[in-house]
Amino acid sequence: MKTTLKALSTAAVAALAMTAGAAQAEVKVGMITTLSGGGAGLGIDVRDGFMLAIKQSGRTDIEVVIEDDQRKPDVAVQLADKMVQSEKVDVMTGIIWSNLAMAVVPSVTAQGKFYLSPNAGPSALAGRGCHENYFNVAWQNDNLHEAAGAYANSAGYGKSFILAPNYPAGKDALTGYKRFFEGDLAGELYTKLGQTDYAAEIAQIRASGADSVFFFLPGGMGIAFLKQYADSGVDLPVVGPAFSFDQGILQAVGGAALGVVNTSQWNKDIDNATNAAFVDSFQAEYGRLPSLYASQGFDTANLLISAVEKADVSDADAFRAALKAAEFDSTRGDFAFGDNHHPIQNIYAREVIQEGDVFTNKILGVALENHSDAYAGDCKM
Amino acid sequence: MIRETHLNLGIIALLIAIPAWALMADEPFIITLMTRAVVFALAAVGLNIALGLGGLVSLGHAVFFGIGGYAMGILAHHAQTYTPLTEWPFLLEGTKSMPVIWLTAIVASTFAALVIGILSLRTAGVYFIMITLAFGQMFFFFAISWSAYGGEDGLSIYVRNGFPGLNTLVPVQYFGLCLVILLAALFLNARLAKSPFGLALNAARQTPARVETVGLDPTRLKLVAFVISGAITGLAGALFADLNRFVSPTMFSWQLSGEIMIFVIIGGVGRLFGPVVGALVFVALEHLLGGLSEYWHIYLGILLLLIVLFGRGGIIGMLCGRERLHD
Amino acid sequence: MTFVLFAEQVLNGLQFGIMLFLMAAGLTLIFGVMGLINLAHGSLYMIGAFAAAAVAGATGSFLLALIAALAAAAAAGALVEIVVIRRLYDKDHLDQVLATFALILIFSEGTRWVFGSFPLFLNIPETLSGPVTLPGGIQYPLYRITLIVAGLLVAVGLGLLISRTRIGIQIRAGENDREMIAALGIDISRLYTLVFALGAALAGLAGALVGAIQSVQVGMGEPVLILAFVVIVIGGIGSIKGALIGSLLVGLTDTLGGVFLPQLFKLVMEPSAATNLGSSLASMAIYILMGAVLIWRPTGLFGARA
Repeated sequence: MKTTLKALSTAAVAALAMTAGAAQAEVKVGMITTLSGGGAGLGIDVRDGFMLAIKQSGRTDIEVVIEDDQRKPDVAVQLADKMVQSEKVDVMTGIIWSNLAMAVVPSVTAQGKFYLSPNAGPSALAGRGCHENYFNVAWQNDNLHEAAGAYANSAGYGKSFILAPNYPAGKDALTGYKRFFEGDLAGELYTKLGQTDYAAEIAQIRASGADSVFFFLPGGMGIAFLKQYADSGVDLPVVGPAFSFDQGILQAVGGAALGVVNTSQWNKDIDNATNAAFVDSFQAEYGRLPSLYASQGFDTANLLISAVEKADVSDADAFRAALKAAEFDSTRGDFAFGDNHHPIQNIYAREVIQEGDVFTNKILGVALENHSDAYAGDCKM
Repeated sequence: MIRETHLNLGIIALLIAIPAWALMADEPFIITLMTRAVVFALAAVGLNIALGLGGLVSLGHAVFFGIGGYAMGILAHHAQTYTPLTEWPFLLEGTKSMPVIWLTAIVASTFAALVIGILSLRTAGVYFIMITLAFGQMFFFFAISWSAYGGEDGLSIYVRNGFPGLNTLVPVQYFGLCLVILLAALFLNARLAKSPFGLALNAARQTPARVETVGLDPTRLKLVAFVISGAITGLAGALFADLNRFVSPTMFSWQLSGEIMIFVIIGGVGRLFGPVVGALVFVALEHLLGGLSEYWHIYLGILLLLIVLFGRGGIIGMLCGRERLHD
Repeated sequence: MTFVLFAEQVLNGLQFGIMLFLMAAGLTLIFGVMGLINLAHGSLYMIGAFAAAAVAGATGSFLLALIAALAAAAAAGALVEIVVIRRLYDKDHLDQVLATFALILIFSEGTRWVFGSFPLFLNIPETLSGPVTLPGGIQYPLYRITLIVAGLLVAVGLGLLISRTRIGIQIRAGENDREMIAALGIDISRLYTLVFALGAALAGLAGALVGAIQSVQVGMGEPVLILAFVVIVIGGIGSIKGALIGSLLVGLTDTLGGVFLPQLFKLVMEPSAATNLGSSLASMAIYILMGAVLIWRPTGLFGARA
């Protein structure tokens, strides 16, 4: 409790400091993210990572306006209108969820604003719906699932049981896994969105004769699944994307997650100076270990700062080129944009370990090297 | 105490004055917020007909709001991707024309209200609240897994649909359009309340037995009220979708049903302008409190609680005193 | 589909149903005695889970955690009853819905304010973890069996409480004729607080028990709340027996529907479309069940009055 309160107050101070410097601000950033209700943890991490980078840069010419979308698409659309119409921002960022991004991004970019996505990467925005002003700093949604499929091959799995919630991101997840997985499927299940009991699914896994399990169940769904799976006596190896094994929720899963392999484009032990400094300073500032989302927020801010240093935001072409060049020190090491403005990056396989009292991840190896996405070819920019 | 008619005129003046001021002060977002309030008000006017006139506590009005929204989403989606809705039994194309979309929204939600009404009105009291809630959940889960139209992601419409003679992309013009519809619905509501049907409905709500003895079927009266109510809320859904240029299953969520009900109650149940006042206050609170604290839901909750516990008859009730039965 | 898998799924449905019963029993009691619709019942479930997680985290004892959950939920229930709910008894359902909706907002954000935005950790005790082998070769988690047994014990206890004890007589009297029991000199406001606290404690217990195998997070109560409403509407509002039968019906329909509907459709359609349609239909199954029951019996299976 204490740590959260402290984190909030420091972030508020940082935001205040930014507004105080508003007089000479040259670049105005609108951040719409989820800060209240379920799923607020992700938005708070993105915001804290982003504000940390802005603070460290010491710049006073970047003003950040932060708003809470409550994870409601209609509120997000409303706030986007406010950012564009009233605040007259130059750049927008912050959205966590794909469905909110789909509601906001097309209209924002159509109005000539830049959008830097710190988390969501729906396929529609990577392929036919790509836009020159839209940059994704995190990943295309399928990426981590594709990496999980690739990892399953290298681990020698031949028969996977796969499951995800019955909604678009869930379908993308299973498609992504199948795109790279070369073995057979022992079963494929869509669960109810928000489902909290997986006994029925686990029974089917047990009966299916699978040799491995792939699942994508973000947030509380993943916590419930892992606890119930660990208790069921089924001991097939599990792979999944990082979302269910992130710093924020790992403590809630506890020992049930130990040893599970998950895929991520970032981890706190990626060996480079930027990352080490980021992990230390984030911990010092907010009193907790940074999460995947915090690293994405941090990278997004640094990308923005690198572009502000090189070009004037009012010169859209120059600013766009500066963003595209992505000349900033990423916490992930090498980072570049593909032609559809989505990352080309390594995706790692990592394992859940325990360090003292804290559950965290350790990198096992690279699952996919310099990986782009499956939709880049459809993007005509 | 203020005369209710005077208050109502004041509210209409406010609905015109605020956007006019925003237009001059170059604050387009205020106009967008006002449009949101007006559309919510329209949805709540719909609910108020079921709730205030018919005494039907429906916790599932988001169904109609969502159906209206999806009517817009689906038609505009097909028009924007140049794909027909269906080629069999006859070719049906999408459209970007608001009047056609509104008509579709009204017809679709009328039909849904008819079916839901016939089934739900077999029950009464708490059962009615619960069965309407359940219908809401059914539609919600269906929309989430309906992958043809985006599932949970919903549908984005890139350009607002058109209305002959207007540029709907200009905030104030779209606001004007919504306001005219709201006023029309209020007019309809006022006429309805004074019509023989409205009087019979009022009697059916208070003493069903008495209505039966004069040969009227109270359930049928309530069904008609429920259907009209659903149709208006459905139209509001289409307008809301066009305001956001976006539809998603959250339009079907039970929280939204709750919010529509909140508008009615804050303003005053059964009061003609209750829904309008409620929606205006709610949108203002959402905007002001949201800026104050991350935990603004707490304050909203406390405020709602105070209104229920101490504010008899909502805001209009507090300002104008008890409703006079025969005006 | 083997017999073992089928039997396991039936057990899953039973376990789910029994936990729903703990929620539904409180709701239905509160409605039966006080005529109150309490949307905030899910918040009491959440409070139970959070209290359990906090105490388990501090002491490491699951038993203490359960006691804390019961105590915290009962205390919160009693407090809310005295401060707010009491003023709602003579109001109509509409005001009750709105006021308890407001309570959800306050409880949810309040909990987030105290505990932060991340889910908490609560695990099953060491002695109850892992699977056991049942007759017929069914491997089934011991903890889930414990849940079924615990839930049944509570159901029996509740039945005895209502049919055999003095307080039970008062509750039944309250359900039948509210004015009468006041006339008989029973302190009605104390009875109401007690019933509300009892319902809250049951919800808190369910939250703690289920929290151990799910995610303890803000907003965990609302999905369960809606299911519990479905249960009591099917069973007949005010009837404990109805709540039990309704819970089991909903639990089994939800679990078995989710498993078998997709397989059923696979017989006539191609697999991915079948999975799709089957899962969609399965997520609506209990609402369809509820609609069907209400059309057949508008006051539920065991309901007496609307």
